[in-house]
Amino acid sequence: MRETLRAALTIYAKDVRLELRTRETLFSVLAFAFVVAFIFTFAFEPSPQLIASIGPGIVWVAYIFTAVLGMNRTFLLEHERGTLDGLRLAPVPREALYLGKLLSVITLLVTVEALMLPAFLVLYDLSLFNVWFIAVALAATVGIAAVGTLFSAIAVHTRAREVLLPMLFLPVALPLLIGAVTGAREALDGEGWGGVGGWLQLIVAFDVVFLVLSSLVFEYVLEE
Amino acid sequence: MAANPAPTATRTGHALELRGVSRTYGTTHALRSVDLDAAWGRVLVLFGHNGAGKSTLLRVASALVKPTAGSVTTAGFDADKDAGRVRAATGYVGHGTLLYDDLTPEENLRFYARLYGVPRPEERTGEVLRDVGAERWAQRRVRGLSNGMQKRVAIARALLHRPALLLLDEPDSGLDVQGQAFVEAVVRAVAGGGGAVVFSAHDPAQGLALADDFAVLRGGRIAAAGETASASPDEIAALLSAPPLSSSEGAA
Repeated sequence: MRETLRAALTIYAKDVRLELRTRETLFSVLAFAFVVAFIFTFAFEPSPQLIASIGPGIVWVAYIFTAVLGMNRTFLLEHERGTLDGLRLAPVPREALYLGKLLSVITLLVTVEALMLPAFLVLYDLSLFNVWFIAVALAATVGIAAVGTLFSAIAVHTRAREVLLPMLFLPVALPLLIGAVTGAREALDGEGWGGVGGWLQLIVAFDVVFLVLSSLVFEYVLEE
Repeated sequence: MAANPAPTATRTGHALELRGVSRTYGTTHALRSVDLDAAWGRVLVLFGHNGAGKSTLLRVASALVKPTAGSVTTAGFDADKDAGRVRAATGYVGHGTLLYDDLTPEENLRFYARLYGVPRPEERTGEVLRDVGAERWAQRRVRGLSNGMQKRVAIARALLHRPALLLLDEPDSGLDVQGQAFVEAVVRAVAGGGGAVVFSAHDPAQGLALADDFAVLRGGRIAAAGETASASPDEIAALLSAPPLSSSEGAA
């Protein structure tokens, strides 16, 4: 377990260093998130009542599209750089490669989500600085990253890799996304644990199941 | 050249044993029932045209690719059941450098040293960079280095964990005379230290000069194998241009 964690943190530190140096994924993903959020302002007149009912949906549409774009690049960049073999050659448990990449994806998504909070406030007068919303968002982000990292590794071996990830990811992540949108709506309606708790439990259960499953099957996913 | 073999490798038997190894990619047969041995303290060169199966054989030996059939024993470890130990005992340099272009050679090597669990990774990185003559440009980003410089760092990466078996896929490609001399020095150092080296080559004269043993691959099969002392470059060239081994050859 210690060896797995050490190797995962090594991969994670390398990814963070590379991203801080190039900023190629963060900037493109963030720009995309802003555009998605901005386009919705032209679709309707954002009144307080309307925002209360569809605001969480807009937030999660922006987050999900962004996540798919960002996760697609997780293994694609390694593949394009030709460094995926370098990771596969390492004498470390395959779960460590999964865990390292998972941490990188979570960091990217949480960063983008955090940077988008002021944008939603400005564009929709929608304050997301709510403890329960943040709890739902963090838990859902872990689940999104857990599934997305696995499917990103699967997609990288295929020709239709850019299309395959959303095709695999969105149906599987549907229960999680429903929990995230509904939990977020309850949180922004001012509900506490009574309203949010059930959805949060669903999201956490999804997280646990897919973290365990993904770790177990990742070895086979990496094979040529 | 510091190239002491990894202490974990089992030094009995052969450095590499392939028994009935086949590998297919869809309908393409890259390797067909290959039997091959590489001995400790010796250098084995693989000859073959493009698509003959040289790269696949090296990838199978390094546990990067699983064979479709047959068994692979690398440094005493079963590549299927004990892939982690095979990876720890093997240094592999393929066609790509496996380096991150936006990191420096030093950062790349430190990353791989930590990933491989090399003790005192900073110290070992400095040592290997000195060994391959990359100290002067160790702080420059890899993308700004010449092919020859990148190749040196790629070989340094493969030597970081002191592998017992070094696998090199056309290590001379794109290198000048100085670079080729460097590769030869690395090969001799690893084999001289009791390890083993398997490399692929196109040029029979160069390959035979450096290696102790040879094998010729054609259509994924071993067409000939033996000691280099008993073969001439012309004979190897003739073997490479000989008619197909069977009607199915050439599918790879």
